[in-house]
Amino acid sequence: MTILVYAVVAWVFAIGIYGAIISRNLIHLALCLTVTQSSTYILLLALGYKHGARAPIFKDVKLGTAAVDPVVQSLTLTDVVVSVTVIALVLALALDVHRQSGSIDPDDINTLNG
Amino acid sequence: MSPRQRLRGWIAAPVVALLGGILLWGLSGAPAFGEFHGAYGDLLNRIAVPQRHTTNVVTAIVFDYRGFDTMGEEFILFASVVGVVLLLRDIREPAGGQDDPVASDAIRLFGILMVGVILVFGLWLAAFGLVTPGGGFQGGVAVAGGIVLVFLVAGYRPWRTFGRETLLDPFEGLGAASYVALGLAALIAGAPFLHNLLGPGTTGTLLSGGSMSLLNWAVAVEVAAANLVLYTEFLESYLVPHLRTS
Repeated sequence: MTILVYAVVAWVFAIGIYGAIISRNLIHLALCLTVTQSSTYILLLALGYKHGARAPIFKDVKLGTAAVDPVVQSLTLTDVVVSVTVIALVLALALDVHRQSGSIDPDDINTLNG
Repeated sequence: MSPRQRLRGWIAAPVVALLGGILLWGLSGAPAFGEFHGAYGDLLNRIAVPQRHTTNVVTAIVFDYRGFDTMGEEFILFASVVGVVLLLRDIREPAGGQDDPVASDAIRLFGILMVGVILVFGLWLAAFGLVTPGGGFQGGVAVAGGIVLVFLVAGYRPWRTFGRETLLDPFEGLGAASYVALGLAALIAGAPFLHNLLGPGTTGTLLSGGSMSLLNWAVAVEVAAANLVLYTEFLESYLVPHLRTS
């Protein structure tokens, strides 16, 4: 069980990086970056998990009840926001590249047309 | 695999090996699953409710204990939206055509009903963010999603009522600015930046959190407007390509 969750993190990270390396399409590349970043959500949430604990919400719950770590959860929230901003910018850049060169294959656009 | 891809693989291999090594080294030192006891997390779980009167400890961290970081986070979003706008927005006429991709009346009716449901859900998520799971970030995204549904089910012209830069830009600026203004208000009152001026309020109700609920709403407005600006920009560059290539 301990190994499993970290293996999932490593696997999601690895397929994201692999996709980014072999990518022939900038939109695909942006999605691969998002997949890679998703591994950090899993890692953060898995780190904060405690056996038998509940969510750190104490509405109608007695104070002192075991709850999972709230700090990593708020870090995950930050992580998600950053991920959204990154994918928005990368997609906008991909659109701009397409407008300039008519292609979104990174191999087609690294020659300068003057 | 093309030769180009194979070449890229070889170039990437040493970097990936290094990154993978660091990743595995880090993971091998991670605590056993379910056994982590972070000092700060355990402490906050104990003191957040008595201290801040908010029953959602995660939101208390986001808007109070780490409130300054959240301001930076909000401006990361703001800056990236400005970047997207700079890249995609230029002089263009709003498209008149491209309407009504939805053929079925049943889908349209159901979709329009869902717009209201999702809007209420988003507002509820934001409003009760300090009490139950939710908050300004989550609620703002849901509200934006509900409005985007207008385009999906009713087409471009009804969407244009909401998806206009002149409408969205002020809201985005307002959301970002009021977060800073609330921080500065505390400074003017002689307290530390972002200090909770309104007091903690009543635990477990909509009136808990004091200034935190105002920060929460500032973020909700900022996030909803930022998402709608992003959708608008991408939608316009998709729908109006012939005006943009010249």
